[in-house]
Amino acid sequence: MSAVKGDVGGVVGRGPRELAADPSLDVGRIRADFPVLRRTVAGGKRLVYLDNAATSQKPHQVLDAMDTVYREHNANIHRGVYEMSEVTTALFEGARGRVAAFINAPHSREVIFCRNATEGINLVAYAWGRDNVKRGDRLIVSILEHHSNFVPWQQLAAEAGAELVVIDIDEGGRLRRDQFEAEVAKGARLVAITHTSNGLGTVNPVKELTAIAKAAGATVLIDAAQAVPHTVVDVQDIGCDFLVFSGHKMLAPPGSGALWGRTEILERMRPFLYGGDMISRVAVDTTTWNELPWKFEAGTSAYVDAIGLGAAVDYLTAVGMERVHAHELELVAYVLPRLLEIPGIVVYGPHTLEARVGVISFGLEGIHPHDVATIFDREGVCVRAGHHCNQPLMTRLGCVATTRASFYLYNTIEECDVLLGAVAKAQRIFA
Amino acid sequence: MDDLYRDYILDHYKNPRNAGELPGATHRYHDTNPLCGDEITMMLKVNDASVVEDVRFIGRGCAISQASTSILTEEVKGRTLDELRVLDRDHVLGNLGIPISPARIKCALLGLKALKGSAWGLTAWPGEEEPGSR
Repeated sequence: MSAVKGDVGGVVGRGPRELAADPSLDVGRIRADFPVLRRTVAGGKRLVYLDNAATSQKPHQVLDAMDTVYREHNANIHRGVYEMSEVTTALFEGARGRVAAFINAPHSREVIFCRNATEGINLVAYAWGRDNVKRGDRLIVSILEHHSNFVPWQQLAAEAGAELVVIDIDEGGRLRRDQFEAEVAKGARLVAITHTSNGLGTVNPVKELTAIAKAAGATVLIDAAQAVPHTVVDVQDIGCDFLVFSGHKMLAPPGSGALWGRTEILERMRPFLYGGDMISRVAVDTTTWNELPWKFEAGTSAYVDAIGLGAAVDYLTAVGMERVHAHELELVAYVLPRLLEIPGIVVYGPHTLEARVGVISFGLEGIHPHDVATIFDREGVCVRAGHHCNQPLMTRLGCVATTRASFYLYNTIEECDVLLGAVAKAQRIFA
Repeated sequence: MDDLYRDYILDHYKNPRNAGELPGATHRYHDTNPLCGDEITMMLKVNDASVVEDVRFIGRGCAISQASTSILTEEVKGRTLDELRVLDRDHVLGNLGIPISPARIKCALLGLKALKGSAWGLTAWPGEEEPGSR
């Protein structure tokens, strides 16, 4: 990671630094960092938490970083001239610098803290979209989008009289590149595409897609909510204009998240929310805006959550994102072929290890996903069953819901075996 | 084998009673559970004396919603619309006789909601609806 301008420093997170020397990820040591993983569920069964695409568990390093703020120097940021406020402000801005470095942003002022990816996308849809999308413009999304990267553009298109173009997937759950190129060639004001599908685990070739879109003059937003927690994401390498992600899916608390945008675009955008902290000067009849990034951070930020996000970034950086991704693929390599052997199972999305993350969506013949998830729950296995905020995708796949297991750095092969056992139990019950 | 998915629940799920279209239905109500995508269409044939002469339902969804609805329909025939009022939330949960978690309660009550909707045109969830019902 390159150095980041504007990082005002702060306490260095206490990540599992010793792991960096190990050739592979030491899951046992990582698990010891996560207090919740020690608990049992369903009357004494070991917790097998496989709902990481919904939200992740938190290591004590993140909990401690937040607890320390509350216990030792809590004060509002950017306001006090006393020591506690200055310490908390430095931690908050330090977290911004860490997040910037984590995604290789050229400047930390380009990182805007927001509640989550959803809020980041809405910020762009309002503050950029309402001024830049005109009647007849084309907005390109894909059928893989989470509702958060679908509904804002659908609504903007309806308001502006623009056209929403939805790129399809092939039978393997991959974005149809040919269709994407053809649609972009017809013109696109915006391309808003997910980096990694939360429903299928597909990783899109976002760098190539961005290059195609930029060459055609489109502005490009990447929804990286499922990517930043699990793989190396480099905004300069991708070449996009905006990128969003949520903290809670990457070991940080809910309420933390970020929008990254290019300075030149952010500078031209109007504010999203008006209020305190986002202003430079307020007179009775006029207001001038604060500089980036604070122009987009009205009101008291969720600064403790942002500090938690900074600690999560430290933790993941110390482990190494290549290693996190490789570990999750090892779990997929173990469990996916075993799932595919089961009679009566349908695995949605890619059946290979190429360009994917540790998300596996499946259906069992004759068993509703909610019944599957309920039976799993009684085995201590937490999975998501439902439409995953992917209703257009579910319709495309011809189902109302799927059961989804999603892995993270603390999951193990043994947990994959418990998952497989739970599938067998569900099939026995409904046989 | 499992205290939730007992044999009679699975039997009603796989072989639902009173399933299918009801020709000559006088009352009909369709409802869904957005969380699961469960769907129930409840149909009643009610005579001039307000007695339910026949009942059928068409549904798809999870075992809990479909079995609960199937069991419920077995108690409807021959009763007056007014007498259906005893079929409340507690009665349905008692019928199922299994622990229902908060996340699945709407599955368990979807059939009741459709039944009440067909009989009285109700729109609220059972248990949180109009005054006067139990």
